[in-house]
Amino acid sequence: MNKKLAGYAALFVGIALLPALGAYPVFVMKVLCYALFACAFNLLVGFTGLLSFGHAAFLGTAGYVCGHALKIWGLPTPVGLLLGMGGAAVVGLVFGLLAIRRSGIYFSMITLALAQMLYFFFLQAPFTGGEDGLQSVPRGSFLGLHLENDLTLYYVVLAIFIAAFWLIYRIVHSPFGQVLTSIRENEARATSLGYDTAHFKLLAFVLSAALAGLAGATKTLVLGFATLTDAIWTTSGLVILMTLVGGMGTLVGPMVGALVIISLENKIGDLGNWLGDITGVAWFNSLGESVSLVTGLIFIVCVLAFRRGLVGEAMALLERKQKPAA
Amino acid sequence: MKKTLIAATLAACGFSAQAQISGDVVKIGFLTDMSSVYADIDGAGGVEAIKMAIADLKGTAAGKKVEFIFADHQNKADVASAKAREWFDTQGVDMLVGGTNSGANLAMATVAAEKKKPFISIGAGSSALTNANCTPYTIHYAYDTVALANGTGGAVTKAGGKSWYFLTADYAFGAALQADTTAVVQKNGGTVKGSVKHPLNASDFSSFLLQAQGSGAQILGLANAGGDTINAVKAANEFGITKTMKLAGLLMFINDVHSLGLKTTEGMYLTDSWYWNQSPEARAWSRRFFEKMKRMPSSLQAADYSAVTHYLKAVDAAKTDDADKVVAKMKDTPIKDFYTTGTIRKEDGRGIHDMFLMQVKSAKESTEPWDYYKVVTRIPGEEAFTKLADSKCPLVKK
Amino acid sequence: MTEIFGTPLPALLGQLLLGLVNGSFYAMLSLGLAVIFGMLNIINFAHGALYMMGAFFAWMGLEYLGLNYWFMLGLAPLAVGLVGIVIERTMLQWLYKLDHLYGLLLTFGITLVIEGVFRSFYGVSGQPYQVPDQLAGATNLGFMILPNYRGWVVVASLVVCFAVWALIEKTSLGAKLRAGTENPKLVQAFGINVPRMVTLTYAGGVALAAFAGVLAAPIIQVSALMGSNLIIVVFAVVVIGGMGSILGSILTGLGLGIIEGLTKASVLGAMFSAPFNAVLGEGNIISRALMAMFGPEGSSTVVFVIMAIVLLVRPAGLFGKEK
Repeated sequence: MNKKLAGYAALFVGIALLPALGAYPVFVMKVLCYALFACAFNLLVGFTGLLSFGHAAFLGTAGYVCGHALKIWGLPTPVGLLLGMGGAAVVGLVFGLLAIRRSGIYFSMITLALAQMLYFFFLQAPFTGGEDGLQSVPRGSFLGLHLENDLTLYYVVLAIFIAAFWLIYRIVHSPFGQVLTSIRENEARATSLGYDTAHFKLLAFVLSAALAGLAGATKTLVLGFATLTDAIWTTSGLVILMTLVGGMGTLVGPMVGALVIISLENKIGDLGNWLGDITGVAWFNSLGESVSLVTGLIFIVCVLAFRRGLVGEAMALLERKQKPAA
Repeated sequence: MKKTLIAATLAACGFSAQAQISGDVVKIGFLTDMSSVYADIDGAGGVEAIKMAIADLKGTAAGKKVEFIFADHQNKADVASAKAREWFDTQGVDMLVGGTNSGANLAMATVAAEKKKPFISIGAGSSALTNANCTPYTIHYAYDTVALANGTGGAVTKAGGKSWYFLTADYAFGAALQADTTAVVQKNGGTVKGSVKHPLNASDFSSFLLQAQGSGAQILGLANAGGDTINAVKAANEFGITKTMKLAGLLMFINDVHSLGLKTTEGMYLTDSWYWNQSPEARAWSRRFFEKMKRMPSSLQAADYSAVTHYLKAVDAAKTDDADKVVAKMKDTPIKDFYTTGTIRKEDGRGIHDMFLMQVKSAKESTEPWDYYKVVTRIPGEEAFTKLADSKCPLVKK
Repeated sequence: MTEIFGTPLPALLGQLLLGLVNGSFYAMLSLGLAVIFGMLNIINFAHGALYMMGAFFAWMGLEYLGLNYWFMLGLAPLAVGLVGIVIERTMLQWLYKLDHLYGLLLTFGITLVIEGVFRSFYGVSGQPYQVPDQLAGATNLGFMILPNYRGWVVVASLVVCFAVWALIEKTSLGAKLRAGTENPKLVQAFGINVPRMVTLTYAGGVALAAFAGVLAAPIIQVSALMGSNLIIVVFAVVVIGGMGSILGSILTGLGLGIIEGLTKASVLGAMFSAPFNAVLGEGNIISRALMAMFGPEGSSTVVFVIMAIVLLVRPAGLFGKEK
């Protein structure tokens, strides 16, 4: 156990040192927000076994609520973040109550459809700014620290991430978390043992929604706006991909997945140009226009050959090494 | 960043004769939609147009090399904003050009204003860029929804299209287009018989068109864009709406007409800032564009070329890429090229130039491929765009 | 002129007919999905992309090979069926033993790839595809002018849908298919090649989607993104109908098309808000909310609202069987 905690500590210290090593703070913050989003999603899919295809609804709701609170109502930043989280939790409760009634693929379809409804609502509602989005959200200050400075904000965001990660860690390793895992493994058995599985599933759903909301609110804080992209169904697909690539059911997997996918989204144009230069094949230069194509290929490869994700495969490899032929 | 400081210090020490170019290079960044719904009207063609602009000026400005980077914002405001911020912070970009998507452009304008760098928005339609969201560094170059409304709404009503019915996309942009056009129609003595809202990206317009037909209006105003406009026009033809009503596309580009074909679009009204066949200079430039892209340029792609040329010439004249000086120079210098003749308004950065009401030719009238439009009316810049008195820009002193 | 909730009767009938046209597409697409789900237990997210492929093949057939609409009506589904066989053999077959989730994710990935490829070659504005000459023109039905082509769409879809239903429910081949769904091992023991049946079922399901695509080509612009807007609505239709029920998906698809039509014509909204208007007066907040949900602006979400209601009242779907 201590080795794991030491590992996590080292990881976070490493992240804290990134700006000093030349990393661009805003990019890392964006990755951290999506990593939190993926970790929250993983709580539901990796540990409880419920595939939600509408998680973007929580990201978007929190983003708009927080943005609105900070820009229009002029509330202090911590309050804005909490309101964002709260908004997402409420939406999570409503969605959860409807979706939990079904399981498996029906559950996923319901979450997808509900998220679509919310998306159309955001599209038409005046307070979201529609297609233009909610722009120029001020950063304000957090406990006396002025967040206009990218570096200050960086450490605040990192602190928020560590706190949320710690919360997820505690949930997973608690009796509650064990029940969730048992529901994932064999729900009928869990019910026969006397657990009200619907109650647990709903709670997991709301927690996952709230933490996804925290990610959305923080992202709005970092980037200064909330747009429809946060609530559209392809973003739900993106977080699934991040979790899949990183490793479902592992704690660190979603973080790795988020890093890979966000870097891909940002750098694919450059990657394409680099590939085009070294191979001389002109088509690579147009790779930048084909983000969705590459995303699709990654999905296919992961599902067919790489189901445990990067971290999952790494852990499996380590286990095999530690157990020489028994 | 450091180099700017050194350059500034040297300059202060009296090396003012030296061109003060940050990072020793004039770097232009371009963010647009290259793979999604707006990829055809700007996209890769816009990239090519800007490359042409740089090449035509021998790739230098104020004695220094000009570099150009571009990326696909995938119609996502957050990708655009993050990339713009990264470019300004780490790539030494001196000027940002905004392609399509109003949301992305508004986000980019905010970043550019924060970093105090010039931002030229070309593809976005939102008039908010020079109204409520104006900044000292934003220049809205080509068109906006107000100009389109004044163009199509005003000119069509004056030409006799007095009664209107709107088919509107149910989101802020569509509502704004409808509202702007309604105001203009009514100001010119027209009436609006009714309207119906359709969901964004609707594939089937038959029900809505049936209601439009029932209204008995002369003009069907299409307050939508892209795929919605295309599908609506197609359906209008199918249901014989075009026999009794004239279609007015409130936001249409030549690529939309090309993809629909003349048979479906003939007789339609639309407003645009430029047409490739409108003058010998336009034709000459467009043929060069056609060589590279195998299709004729849209007004946005022509505007990309014009805006970058205007910027580089201003850098040349001001002998620096310092944002404030160059923006001032751009606003001081009139624009006169194959794209347009006009100015950039000092107070809010709005580009003021003529807009044209065009009508789509019939297949018989069209003499060559892409020969789609005839110019019906010229709308002078002062009439087309928002007047200063009506502006909601905080920088405009009242 | 009689008016029903503010809409004159002829207009209402017109909207109902148009709703039927849309419903035909929903029916065909959800039928394909239901067949694939029933047989393979896979949610075929790629259904929309393969529908688009059908439309594109129709266009490409005309553009590059000069083959007209009628040829492509038969050829495009065959071609897409072949693509379906390839997909099933190379990718899907490895996932049958796994959680549903992976099938959904794989087909989602396939969707992105197919759409990405078509988009990079053909852009997004779409390609025009003309209505074939034999079906051009319109007929004056008295209450509306119906383009002949739309009438053809309804007829063709109904014929195909009920042919497929009859095949599955009434023939011995269909019996083997249904048996294969319930107990593949036993059916295999009878000497029936179950894996081949599965492959052909997938191919058949996507061929149906492609057929719908060819039917759609003259109506909507043939563009790389035409499937993605439709697929989510079709999912909702299948959930409402009850997954795996063939008749359920056909009837639900048609029904929802009609309801959507009524929504667009403001009839449904007017119907629901009438009692509130009578009691609380015009323009009250409940009526406004109802109009937003069931009026023309709500036509894109009414399917989801209905889905939520059905799931609360009858979780297995209207025609589904509780497993």
